[in-house]
Amino acid sequence: MIEFRDVSFVHQNGVRALDGVSLRVEAGEFVALVGENGAGKTTLVKHVTGLLKPVSGSVLVDGVDTREASTAQLSRKVGVAFQNPDHQLFSETVEEEMSFALRNFGFPPELVRDRVSWGLELFGLGEYRRSSPLILSGGEKKRLTLACILAWDPQVVMLDEPTVGQDAIQKEKLAGTIQMLKSAGKTVVVVSHDIEFLWPIQPRVVVMKGGRVVGDGPATAIMQDRDLLGSARVAQPQLVEFYQELHRRPGTPFVHPLDAARWAEEAMRP
Amino acid sequence: MADILKVEGLSFRYPDSPKNAVSDFELSIPEGEIVVLAGPSGCGKSTLLRTVNGLIPHMYGGEYSGDVLVAGSSVKRSSMRDLAQTVGFLFQNPENQIFMFSVERDVAFGLENLGVPREEMRARVDEALRLLRIGDLAQRAPHELSDGQKQRVALAGVLAMRPKLVILDEPTSLLDPKTASELVALVARLRKELGTTFVVVEHRLDLLVGVADRLVVMDGGRKVLEGTPRDVLFRDEAEAHGVAVPAVTKVQKLLAGRDAGRAAAGRLLTPSGLASAVEGRQA
Repeated sequence: MIEFRDVSFVHQNGVRALDGVSLRVEAGEFVALVGENGAGKTTLVKHVTGLLKPVSGSVLVDGVDTREASTAQLSRKVGVAFQNPDHQLFSETVEEEMSFALRNFGFPPELVRDRVSWGLELFGLGEYRRSSPLILSGGEKKRLTLACILAWDPQVVMLDEPTVGQDAIQKEKLAGTIQMLKSAGKTVVVVSHDIEFLWPIQPRVVVMKGGRVVGDGPATAIMQDRDLLGSARVAQPQLVEFYQELHRRPGTPFVHPLDAARWAEEAMRP
Repeated sequence: MADILKVEGLSFRYPDSPKNAVSDFELSIPEGEIVVLAGPSGCGKSTLLRTVNGLIPHMYGGEYSGDVLVAGSSVKRSSMRDLAQTVGFLFQNPENQIFMFSVERDVAFGLENLGVPREEMRARVDEALRLLRIGDLAQRAPHELSDGQKQRVALAGVLAMRPKLVILDEPTSLLDPKTASELVALVARLRKELGTTFVVVEHRLDLLVGVADRLVVMDGGRKVLEGTPRDVLFRDEAEAHGVAVPAVTKVQKLLAGRDAGRAAAGRLLTPSGLASAVEGRQA
């Protein structure tokens, strides 16, 4: 579905943001990109949408080279919620914001109305329907950009730091939304520093450092690799750290606090 | 110790808004504390912060009642200029506060505005750059930096003013985990060395609970919980108010219910501390 073939990218100021990245994400996969600030994660996302084109190598989305596809073609397939929602919001009302792309993609008016209501409801934004997006809190703006994207139902959903500004309840809903997208067969790519958010939803984890992919594998394997994570300035999930600190290891790391507590209770029994 | 921040019966409603953003709010923060302010998005945290740095009521219209005292002076009656020397504010989005052509100039901006002498300014800027480990970025243009680097530049600009009270609005949200824990360690060190008071709005509590003296939870514009991080996070209501109880604290709490012994000890345990407690080793 998404394929990076030995992709390099150099910014105008000479900074090499991607350095020979090869990566294949299959349709329906759920991938988390982690790594230190400046590792190239956002640059990678911008290559999938065609906002940036590789200096060398190629990026294929659904078999099409991004150099040969228009931004409009790509954006119908790939929806991205960027880190900073202020770069994405421009309409007078929340409702208008959500309708904009849908109308551009040629959805009929009644479908636009339905999709807008569905998105506002799903993300708890119904009360702001006729408000300006500018009055929303940081977390609410993030949810609005996400609602806008899901409304046009792209095959690939990319979320750049989606948990920033979200409280625990919203994060849980977001995790639920990701599960929903997964079960609908969508390809989901999440860029996040929020390891505690990622751990329970168990993505395939791709670790980036200095423009390269330095680790790639299931969450359980990657999150136990202290050396790899340390070199990429990524923290371990608390439950993995707890599990690794135990002298009598129970087998696989705990994914949920309840599992950890149940196990610990057994261990503490005299 | 004197209260650096005192909020007295504060209510505020934005123009054209049907409801108060902040209601009947009371808070006293003694000098030198690290206080974490948490709560669901849209709960009024950002509004409360604006009443402390003076943006409300000086730059916003709306209905304001009650009072906010910073270092004993009413924000309503203080000029923005005076407040800028007492209260430092790091916005959620660093792009809102960095705009000069070089990092160095940006960090010096607030000091220049106050007319701080050149040499002192140099020293303070260098110190701030060193504290945030961004000395190598001094000559770079802020717009070329990553978001995490921008965050550090903005914070350096705040610290260069040597404020008594620093408000950080989700300071770690754009930082990688290691950089985020370094920032938290930096906050703890500045509090210790300079006696600076910090109010931190943050959802990622796992990083902060180890250094915070107090956790205040807001919901619907009101204060709903207040206490030590351990007391608040062990309360059953905490999660209902959108507080992100760290995973290891959830485990500690679940164990405390059954075994009131080691795991229920008065302080919050780290993952390795909890592992030791479970195995009966010395933490």
